[in-house]
Amino acid sequence: MTGHALEVAGVAAGYGGSFELRGVTFAARGGDVVGLIGPNGSGKSTLLKAIAGVLPMRAGTIRLDGAPLRERAVGVAFVPQREDVNWDFPVTARDVVLMGRYRAAGWLRRPGREDVRRAEAALERMGLGGMGGRHISQFSGGQQQRIFLARAIVQDPAVILLDEPFTGIDAANREVLHAAIRDFAAAGMVVLMATHDLDEVTQTCSHVCCLRGRLVAFGPTETTYTPETLRATFGGQVAVFA
Amino acid sequence: MNALTEPLEYAFMQRAMAEIVIVGALCGLVGCFVVLRGLAFIGDALAHAVFPGVVLSYMAEKSILIGAFVFGAFTALGVGILARSRRVSEDSAIGVIFAAFFAVGVVLISREAGFRKDLGSLLFGNVLGVSESDVLWTGIIAVVVAGVVLAFLKEFTLVAFDATMARSAGYPVFALDLLLLLLVAATIVASLQTVGNILILALLVTPPATARLLTDRLGRMMLYSVGVAIGSGVAGLYVSYHLDTAAGATIVLVATAVFLVAFVAAPDHGLAAAWLQARRGKHHVHHYHVEDEVG
Repeated sequence: MTGHALEVAGVAAGYGGSFELRGVTFAARGGDVVGLIGPNGSGKSTLLKAIAGVLPMRAGTIRLDGAPLRERAVGVAFVPQREDVNWDFPVTARDVVLMGRYRAAGWLRRPGREDVRRAEAALERMGLGGMGGRHISQFSGGQQQRIFLARAIVQDPAVILLDEPFTGIDAANREVLHAAIRDFAAAGMVVLMATHDLDEVTQTCSHVCCLRGRLVAFGPTETTYTPETLRATFGGQVAVFA
Repeated sequence: MNALTEPLEYAFMQRAMAEIVIVGALCGLVGCFVVLRGLAFIGDALAHAVFPGVVLSYMAEKSILIGAFVFGAFTALGVGILARSRRVSEDSAIGVIFAAFFAVGVVLISREAGFRKDLGSLLFGNVLGVSESDVLWTGIIAVVVAGVVLAFLKEFTLVAFDATMARSAGYPVFALDLLLLLLVAATIVASLQTVGNILILALLVTPPATARLLTDRLGRMMLYSVGVAIGSGVAGLYVSYHLDTAAGATIVLVATAVFLVAFVAAPDHGLAAAWLQARRGKHHVHHYHVEDEVG
């Protein structure tokens, strides 16, 4: 177990003059599963995208194992929301997973036989063995989510970012997703997950990060996930039975 | 057989055939990324924006490739950079630039008295008038562009499919988009003499859209797209020869006809397949229903 360390310090990010998100500071270690929660527009997605390097940061630093995140070769795997993907694109499940190996293959090189083997293994691990040759539109919503998890695995990331992974997922797929998240954590990755599904937080997350345009609270789930912090985060819109 | 061989006895038809095969292959290949990355509007804009370059080259009695390429590159960069600022939406940026450039071309023309008779060939192409050196230059551009597209195939595919992931994996997405726009610009410039500014979009978009109806695999889509583009080009040229119609427009109409056939009859994505599936589904339900009653 390698155990990576992610440090987020004073991060501000977002569009326009008033930052969507500011002053976010926390630290997570490999094996942690951090749930990002907050009302709509609280900056969950913004924070994920800032860590992924998709949105530029306005202030602050993000460090992985002591070095600025962007300077590291081994980095971050981002699993997008299902609505953000073009399911008509002419690629198979195997093609999508292989995209996770492009960076390692390098410029001007095709992924090799070893990369294909790893892609097949990752699909197998996600319960999609032997289905790699199908077009991505031929899978159910939960299976599509698993294809993208397989792509994240083959990137060998230190940090894995999940954007609303439980949206529109049935019970069986939910179990697969839970198992996958446990595997990631056990392998020493830092897992960050934006979710509006508060039941998932108590079931899945070792830590919670409560956002409302700024950091409201961060800490282990059992001490931080309290009626008081939730009221401070959601402004009393949520009834909590804790 | 005579109908196929007779036109080829003329040197101008041989050159036209060579030109259309090269242009078809190039447009079929690059067009796949125009379709997949959603660049049809930008492609149209580029095609219009190179017009003043064409006019200036014509006035200076230089090859129209030079002027067209300079303006195409400027437009590609301009659109890319303007679209980065959040104050101007990409659509608006494109609209502003391409209309302005096209207008410059028209203004330049209006100053030239003896120019009007050639306006048609500039706007709609004149594949029957290409010279040997035109064919040579088109071939050189095609080889370079196709080489770059194939060299960055996996990066272009990734950015077109999932730009977010490409960015998070550390790819220079903006630079790759600019490169793709420059390749589209070069493709348009190389194809101008075949179909002209106005109709070039059809060669860039129709063959890949047809190919997409026939397959779910990117590799095959590129292959079929090239095939449809070359086939439509050659067939269109023959038809235009025998019916004495404008070559560029005839080629576009043949490509459109192929698209319509695929749209109706494609094995998985066609209208007929969808109708059959729906009908079989209905039949199926009915079948069970009958069995239920019997049982």
